[in-house]
Amino acid sequence: MNLETIPLQAFLIVSSILFCIGIWGLLNSRNAVRVLMSIELMLNAVNINLMAFSSYIDNNLIQGQVFAIFVITVAAAEAAVGLAILLSLYRNRVTVDMESFNLLKW
Amino acid sequence: MSIAVTTQIICFLVLSLVVIVGALGVILLESIVYSAFLLGGVFMSVAGLYLLLNASFVAAAQVLVYVGAVNVLIIFAIMLVNKKEDLKPIDNLKSRRIISTSICLTLLSLLIRVDLSNVWGLADPNKSIGEESTIRIGEHLFSDYLLPFEVASVLLLMAMIGAIVLARRDVMNEDISTGLPVDQELIEKSSEPLLMKKN
Repeated sequence: MNLETIPLQAFLIVSSILFCIGIWGLLNSRNAVRVLMSIELMLNAVNINLMAFSSYIDNNLIQGQVFAIFVITVAAAEAAVGLAILLSLYRNRVTVDMESFNLLKW
Repeated sequence: MSIAVTTQIICFLVLSLVVIVGALGVILLESIVYSAFLLGGVFMSVAGLYLLLNASFVAAAQVLVYVGAVNVLIIFAIMLVNKKEDLKPIDNLKSRRIISTSICLTLLSLLIRVDLSNVWGLADPNKSIGEESTIRIGEHLFSDYLLPFEVASVLLLMAMIGAIVLARRDVMNEDISTGLPVDQELIEKSSEPLLMKKN
């Protein structure tokens, strides 16, 4: 580990922590909007990872940055469709509580 | 250690602190509106981390797409569905919390162990193209990543149409049986919620 710059591991640890916070929020949130926010946090953690690897390991071709742009694109599409689903769910059930979305539960 | 590197490290520490504390706030705060605004702060700090990694284009895209579009969309959704409701208590909430927290901590320790113990094949920092990364991204998008680039445009179109179809209200201008015009104001209030019969 050289001390001339920020080590790669620092970025990886930040993104690991962010990813685990996202998973915790995904598992424990009662509000459906907060679940979508947790998913965005996890996608951001993945993006930090891709960008760190692209900067430290592949710093000439930077394919990781291209991947990060595609992840951002997919995340935007996911947020739009997810919130539309949430709106139509709210219209039918008049709640955003995750525990009440149990129609497919056996 | 030069001054520039010290500044970089200070910036990195501040940004990562904001990211982690903000993310904790997003999932732990009681009010969902505060969570949404904190989420915007987290996105901005992540864009700052990208700037530290010499990726100005992706940082700009992050601010435009995440803060400008996704976060605003989330705030709109909160305003549309923000109804005060008393949540039904769950039976075994405590054991659920314990299990999920232990799963997350286990995963976190596993990830950090991999991060620290693996020997990463770091490239030579002198070969870095640095601030010309935007040019290189453009070259990638129009040569070897051309197909994913075009597919992404189709994906965005599909997402747009899908979101409109899903979020649209099925409103008819006239009653099907009688042919009389319908009072648009009352449709939402008078309609029976479709899936509430089970309870």
